[in-house]
Amino acid sequence: MSVQAWTFVMVGLSFTLYIGVAIWSRASSTGEFYIAGRGVPSVVNGMATAADWMSAASFISMAGLISFMGRDGSVYLMGWTGGYVLLALLLAPYLRKFGKYTVPDFVGDRYYSRTARIVAVICAIFVSFTYVAGQMRGVGIVFSRFLNVDITLGVLIGMGIVFFYAVLGGMKGITYTQVAQYCVLIFAYLVPAIFISLLMTGNIIPQLGFGGVLADGSGEFLLDKLNGLSQELGFDAYTDGRKATIDVFFITAALMVGTAGLPHVIVRFYTVPKVSAARSSAGWALLFIAILYTTAPAVAAFARTNLLNTVSDTKYTEVPDWFKNWEATGLIKFDDKNGNGSIQYRGAHSEIENELTIDRDIMVLANPEIAKLPNWVVGLVAAGGLAAALSTAAGLLLVISTSIAHDLLKRELVQGISEKSELIAARIAASVAVCIAGYFGINPPGFVGQVVAFAFGLAAASFFPAIIMGIFWKRMNNIGAISGMIVGITFTAGYIIFFKFIRPDLNAPAHWLFGISPEGIGTLGMVLNFLVSIPISLATPVPPPEVQELVDNIRIPQDEGSSHELSV
Amino acid sequence: MIGNDKNRAYWKKNLQYLSALLVAWFIVSYGCAILFVNYLDKIKIGGFRLGFWFAQQGSIYVFVVLIFIYVYLMNRLDKQHSAAEKEEAE
Repeated sequence: MSVQAWTFVMVGLSFTLYIGVAIWSRASSTGEFYIAGRGVPSVVNGMATAADWMSAASFISMAGLISFMGRDGSVYLMGWTGGYVLLALLLAPYLRKFGKYTVPDFVGDRYYSRTARIVAVICAIFVSFTYVAGQMRGVGIVFSRFLNVDITLGVLIGMGIVFFYAVLGGMKGITYTQVAQYCVLIFAYLVPAIFISLLMTGNIIPQLGFGGVLADGSGEFLLDKLNGLSQELGFDAYTDGRKATIDVFFITAALMVGTAGLPHVIVRFYTVPKVSAARSSAGWALLFIAILYTTAPAVAAFARTNLLNTVSDTKYTEVPDWFKNWEATGLIKFDDKNGNGSIQYRGAHSEIENELTIDRDIMVLANPEIAKLPNWVVGLVAAGGLAAALSTAAGLLLVISTSIAHDLLKRELVQGISEKSELIAARIAASVAVCIAGYFGINPPGFVGQVVAFAFGLAAASFFPAIIMGIFWKRMNNIGAISGMIVGITFTAGYIIFFKFIRPDLNAPAHWLFGISPEGIGTLGMVLNFLVSIPISLATPVPPPEVQELVDNIRIPQDEGSSHELSV
Repeated sequence: MIGNDKNRAYWKKNLQYLSALLVAWFIVSYGCAILFVNYLDKIKIGGFRLGFWFAQQGSIYVFVVLIFIYVYLMNRLDKQHSAAEKEEAE
């Protein structure tokens, strides 16, 4: 069977599976719609969280990104995993004990303030829309590259599928579909990685092959070979860092803290039955994420070595088939500047001009072809990419619909709304959100890539300090928390907007504050938030006794013992 | 409220566990993989330079282990706490 036929089979089978799961697990109450009726076992929740978290960017782009960044790729690897330690230790158990449905619920109740709640709702909706537009685009791209379907049609198919299980199934439907999607995506990621590791180093485990000896009989370590090749061609050594230490530090921190503050991740910990399950499910989630995140840097190094070996200084007429295939999609561009008919792929330190432009996504997408793997593996990678994009999109759409139906409509606008009408409103909100996300997927605003820094920066500078202080410092009051959030958001947003939109020409280390890039500025925004909220809080009245009692209550994560049950 | 002292002791113990684990979290990620990465890179284990290994592999393994240590410690503490509370109620 051809690659395309296999892709249809794999994608078709996986979609059938998701629809089946969705029908089996559809929601019938608001509790099931928002938080899956709190009946999700912690391992299952961990797996669903992992699928929710790992987006099209993790699956398709991350390994490629690392293979071009070398050691600095660690900002993504650590930044997108280390936040789970913060979640498990500092947030998840207490928010689960608090109960209720959403992050704005907590912020609004703890700071006894509608303003705080509304600020939180707006942040949650903004962050989620930023993210979801990128996911829909990812769905369209996978469809168009692997199945030769028009991007618009691809996005429409993706919308249809997400609509089906997010709108009908709510959190319950999404949770069980995400479990299926995790299995598909991790299998699709590991199969080619294991094949390539075997091929290049003879080691079946990519994480070990990464530090192993090449299988070509030279006895040379893979990473030494890669460093040598890179330097020969005028690139920096692969295992050396290029970014300034302070920037690496701040970006890593912003991504970690941002992860812990993202509403679609936090809400997953409301679905488990007990406080102890919230802790362990964060552990399971990170374990399932780590399987992909420790494989990705290995894939990055294998793919980079392969690429430099195969392509560099090869006659254009002798390049392998995959090179021509991907050239047709525009992801590889060769411009024979010196007219000698062979490909000079060179880095910045080389005197010879570079003739090859490579899109980083190709490192994962073309990997199976580069390693000459069977056609079904290529089809599997397509299905995996779709699983990653769809699972994340569904989780985000749920946050948007919950924010609108529960946080805005029920808590602010129509106080006495019945459960049945609220459920209908949540479904309508989810449908509208799917359509808006689809629109952005088909007509992506040019700044989608730019605003991802926004999502993390804002989560880091607003939610994270407000929640942490809400749990760990009883004295924090409404005025302190709100001023902190406003200062954090304004500073972070202002810095990013300035360098990304107003003066992108100045976006270089020489002009950055303390050498911190816009990607890392959320960390400084968070520090400012703390610095502002603490003194202001100390200078203004103590929070009312019932709020202090609430804090006492969430600190004792006792499941048994009725004396500690929170009366909601 | 029953067992106020018990609750305070529970919270204090929790904060001790938290701070110890967060120190480890910080040392591994920001220490080994960022601040001292070039220094650790002088040590080589197999094909890996140690700092590079921490940056792209080791820190992630440690994160997973840290969470499960916390889960274990807190489950034990929860058990002690509810036992102490039952005793008091009797």
